[in-house]
Amino acid sequence: MNRLSIELPGLQLKNPIMPASGCFGFGKEYGNLYDLSQLGAIMIKATTLETRFGNPTPRVAETAAGMLNAIGLQNPGLQGVMDNELPWLEQFDVPIIANVAGTETADYVEVAQKISSAPNVKALELNISCPNVKCGGITFGTDPQQAHDLTAAVKKVSQVPVYVKLSPNVTNIKEIANAVETAGADGITMINTLVGMRLDQKTGRPIIANVTGGLSGPAVKPVAIRMVYEVSQVVNIPIIGMGGVANAEDVIDFLSAGASAVAVGTANFVDPFVCPNIIKELPAKLDALQIDHISELIGRSHP
Amino acid sequence: MIIQDRMTVVGQRQIAKDIFEMKLTGKLVGEIDSPGQFVHIRVSDSFEPLLRRPISIASINSDCNEMTIIYRAEGRGTSLLSLKRAGDEVDVLGPLGNGFPVDETATGDTAILIGGGIGVPPLYELSKQLTAKGVKCVHVLGFQTADASFYEDAFSQLGETYIATVDGTQGTAGFVTDVMKNFDEEFSTYYSCGPMPMLNAVQSAYEGKKGFLSFEQRMGCGIGACFACVCQTTDKTDKPYIKVCSDGPVFPAGVVSI
Repeated sequence: MNRLSIELPGLQLKNPIMPASGCFGFGKEYGNLYDLSQLGAIMIKATTLETRFGNPTPRVAETAAGMLNAIGLQNPGLQGVMDNELPWLEQFDVPIIANVAGTETADYVEVAQKISSAPNVKALELNISCPNVKCGGITFGTDPQQAHDLTAAVKKVSQVPVYVKLSPNVTNIKEIANAVETAGADGITMINTLVGMRLDQKTGRPIIANVTGGLSGPAVKPVAIRMVYEVSQVVNIPIIGMGGVANAEDVIDFLSAGASAVAVGTANFVDPFVCPNIIKELPAKLDALQIDHISELIGRSHP
Repeated sequence: MIIQDRMTVVGQRQIAKDIFEMKLTGKLVGEIDSPGQFVHIRVSDSFEPLLRRPISIASINSDCNEMTIIYRAEGRGTSLLSLKRAGDEVDVLGPLGNGFPVDETATGDTAILIGGGIGVPPLYELSKQLTAKGVKCVHVLGFQTADASFYEDAFSQLGETYIATVDGTQGTAGFVTDVMKNFDEEFSTYYSCGPMPMLNAVQSAYEGKKGFLSFEQRMGCGIGACFACVCQTTDKTDKPYIKVCSDGPVFPAGVVSI
């Protein structure tokens, strides 16, 4: 019996561990370090219709137990991803979750339609929560009606299940979750980064050229756990949880909060081997908790 | 190949104001293939500070699997690193990036090595390798002040060495370019590492000459995955952008837009 296997819409996961979008590129850099087939899935970097250069530098700043980033969705564009990145990933036995971003409904729809036809793309992650681009992104993720309509439009054209990535930068995340579920989302991924700032001590000016950036890393985990706990109790679709996951204990917390699988983001920068290391550690953690299968952890925290 | 190694500190000493020289041993040293590559060091086993610190390799001694790094202890991370003592273990990822091309200067030719501040260290291994193959190296090293300067003797043993300090407390008063302009020696290649304004000035002064520049940029992952350290390129290359960590940090002069 594989004690770590999890089945989700579109996804047969060997284990519930996957690198989060934006923290793993399109896999090549980490593929030089270990066999990517070990991973449960890979969430590739956000893909937009056209090539994007992204924001000016500095794009990152370290904070207490975390970091701010404002990369700005730099990517080679839909055609580049379809021609170069996805075919390269086909050598690995791992499902790909393609993160789809855009500035208006039409380009989300076009990217979703085309990228969902790639043979190794088993699900989409609809990015309505990037805090670092001026148009689109987060504006779709902070209004329930817009989130609903965009999800419905993408669902109509996608050949694979659609997961919607939620922003924590909202007053009531349950409302957004309900809206995307009603629109037909097959799952939810959460949370994207929290909007933050860091100032230069000498000049008093923001360090990040974009002024604000998205906060990630262990510092945001309590916020993410709370939100997964809340949302998992009001929707009937699965959640892939993320936000500060750095070790096997964090994975257990996210599953207990109500996630069915877990993505690892910033921790890949701290330890590039963190995902395979977590996968190796999980069986012993299940033993310690006297649990046969990892799915038994899901939602343990719920009243 | 990039590996993650728990390297052992052989020794550490302060060699100038806020400047530390640390010797580390481990199998990672066997993977280093060119001077100017760097390592990404985790200074703490906790999440505070979170990110690794990119630090250039100043010299290697393959016979005993030892490398020397030189860094400025100015922030939280490097200050913690400066507390490490002989026998301590450090989590090191590397070697990273592409270093200076030694084979771009022919035996018997002259190379000028221009470094500024904490950009000086990688030039030391470069000079060792160039002089070993019979290249004449001339060094121009710039520092803020005499208290912050280091390795003058080490470089002098390899070739002519000129120092510039901004406040005039050692060598020529001013910048490396003030040394360079009084200089009419023929050379075939220049190599430079230092702050962006210095690289810009050096590149302008040696317009048309064959040169290689090593860049510095805030980094996240250090291996090319996070897109934190990208720079715009000029029309001298067909790449739309470069990543300092994995495409560089060393680039031919004229490629990176500065």
